[in-house]
Amino acid sequence: MKKNGVAVFLVIVLLICGVSYLALNGVGSGTFGVKSIADSMKLGLDIEGGVVVVYEAKTDATGSDLLQLMNQTKNVIVRRVNSMGLTEPNITIQGDKRIRIELPGVKNANDAISMIGKTAQLEFVLVDQKSVARSGMTKDAFVGTQILTGQEVKDSKLSFDKYNKPGVGLEFNTEGTKLFRTATESAVAYPGGKGQIAIILDDNVISAPYTSIVIGDGKAVITGNFTVEEATNLASLIRGGALPVNLDEVQTSVIGPTLGLDALKTSVNAAKIGLLLVVLFMLVFYRVPGFIASIALVLYAGVLLFIMVGFNATLTLPGVAGIVLSLGMAVDANVIIFERIKEELRNGKTLRASIDSGFSRALRTIIDSNVTTFIAAIVLFTFGEGPIKGFAVTLMIGIVTSMFTAVVVTKTLLKSSLSFKGFNSNKMYGVRGGN
Amino acid sequence: MNIVGKYKIWFGISLAVILIGLIIMATTGLNYGIDFTGGTMMQIDLGQTAPVDEVQSVIKDFNLNAEIVHAGQEKHEIIIKTKASISNDERIKILAAFVEKYKLDKDTVFRSVEQFGPSIGKEIQNKALLAILAASVCMLIYITFRFEYVYGVSAITALLHDVLVLLAVYAIFRIPVNSSFIAAILTIVGYSINDTIVVFDRVRENMRRRKKEPFMEVANNSILQTITRSLNTSLTTLVVIGSLYFLGVEQIKDFAFPLMSGVIVGTYSSIFIASPIWALWKTKKEKVQKHYSKA
Repeated sequence: MKKNGVAVFLVIVLLICGVSYLALNGVGSGTFGVKSIADSMKLGLDIEGGVVVVYEAKTDATGSDLLQLMNQTKNVIVRRVNSMGLTEPNITIQGDKRIRIELPGVKNANDAISMIGKTAQLEFVLVDQKSVARSGMTKDAFVGTQILTGQEVKDSKLSFDKYNKPGVGLEFNTEGTKLFRTATESAVAYPGGKGQIAIILDDNVISAPYTSIVIGDGKAVITGNFTVEEATNLASLIRGGALPVNLDEVQTSVIGPTLGLDALKTSVNAAKIGLLLVVLFMLVFYRVPGFIASIALVLYAGVLLFIMVGFNATLTLPGVAGIVLSLGMAVDANVIIFERIKEELRNGKTLRASIDSGFSRALRTIIDSNVTTFIAAIVLFTFGEGPIKGFAVTLMIGIVTSMFTAVVVTKTLLKSSLSFKGFNSNKMYGVRGGN
Repeated sequence: MNIVGKYKIWFGISLAVILIGLIIMATTGLNYGIDFTGGTMMQIDLGQTAPVDEVQSVIKDFNLNAEIVHAGQEKHEIIIKTKASISNDERIKILAAFVEKYKLDKDTVFRSVEQFGPSIGKEIQNKALLAILAASVCMLIYITFRFEYVYGVSAITALLHDVLVLLAVYAIFRIPVNSSFIAAILTIVGYSINDTIVVFDRVRENMRRRKKEPFMEVANNSILQTITRSLNTSLTTLVVIGSLYFLGVEQIKDFAFPLMSGVIVGTYSSIFIASPIWALWKTKKEKVQKHYSKA
């Protein structure tokens, strides 16, 4: 029995050391290893730096019309942002009329904002004989001569070809009709009797059909692998030549790349010092159980961070504050339990009995108080936006994790620690007399 | 120690603080951040401490009517705050003016820009109010289900007390009311209720054991039995948020201070407000019941 206790205690402590080591340093390499927390945590815009712009659409449209309009607008913006070659842009429709654009890691924020707001550029380019254009390419990836631009397009609408596949039917104005005929004549004169005409939107090739006939009626069809919806969107985009609605900038946040990292660094340092102070406090006030609670607290910090990585949660500044706050509150369950144990000891129960009844009596309190806090966190998550949502997620994960570490882990450690000589006196639990 | 018996003192202190807060809010108002009022805030690293007059002269051509504040550990950064929103093109020009004046590197000077339209503030405010109400109702339901509605209403009253006191803290200390304000308030809502529930849990337990004892005494004994726990938990929480406050950067400080005040207020209300309300109500209810059973 005694030996068992010692073994259990040591195994758990070793496991906790392992988790902490993993969290700090990671292990292995490549796809099979576990990355350290610092390497794998997704950082929020307020830490990593970048741009957040929220636009509001100026329109009277409602219901499904509005929804369609917003989706079209979003598509235009997505295409433009993608053409800037940014990593992980996040573009979402917020409420009914707003679009939120998050561009992490953008250095030149002002240029990026100008780019989002500019008008769509439609171009037709006759591809050079020695070059080939494919959809998805950028303009500089092949050689060609511009035939005409969106200015020469009179109308564009959804159309179907003879196989009933959706495409975008275009109608040019007089000038455009002339230019397009000349271009198709040149294309047909290419060796093999056909040449390629690339259709480019915002510097990206959206389709690059070959033509083997001269088109003189001022009409053209863009085909590609479109769905009906995509073709409709594209048609409206070309028709408008720009965003389908006017956008008002209602909120802009630009965070320089160093500001957030400074904040993170100081916060992490603060968290370390705070953690140390809590450990000291627990040691002085609760001795042996305080020591055990401190071990559980370290485990709590490690597990919390791993769960956040696992859930792919984004670490924001309020999130950091949430983690730090939860470190202080994580010992709460232990404080409740230890106070109960002390009470039981003062009532003259033996240590083992006090631990048992202390835990079972404290458990109900802990559950009630944590469930109410959890309800607050859910509300926070439901009504919050952006960083506040992040904060709520940390709070929820924190509550569940701390319940586990404070109740299950401390209990096991506490009971097994009774096997150690000298750990099992009332004095070591901060209670005078007894035994 | 008779805490519950002295309820008039505690209620008086709380009412006084809330009243002072309300008066300040009514006269000078809260110190709203630009995310509430609308406007622009630009933070630029100049690499040196520039006098406010000098900064004003750099931007005087733009007619911004701006407020200039220094920031950063060595005060090398300036924050330009305006009520009006500055267009993107204009922001580029302003930045260029500083780059030229102080010979800066275009890519590194820029610390942050925040810009909000005037409509956002009202929305945030409404959302905060809605969130507090929703949270209160949900928690009230849970507490009524687990305890009894007298506990629930007392706990929620203590909670609203905390929100009001926290508002007073924002008013008195001129803390900017910005988007993290909601997070701070709701965190406190969660913390405070947690604290109150622990005391109420003990009250419920003592009620089962000592059926004859007056409510005031049950409440007082329960508070005394749980007070070490309340103070210790508050202390550990304060210690960590305190280190965040004393070591942290500007943005975190604005968040940490209300949290610190909230933890203190939450602890205070769970000891001095929630249980006395419960005891007074129960006593009153019992008297009414006796009165009717006699008649």
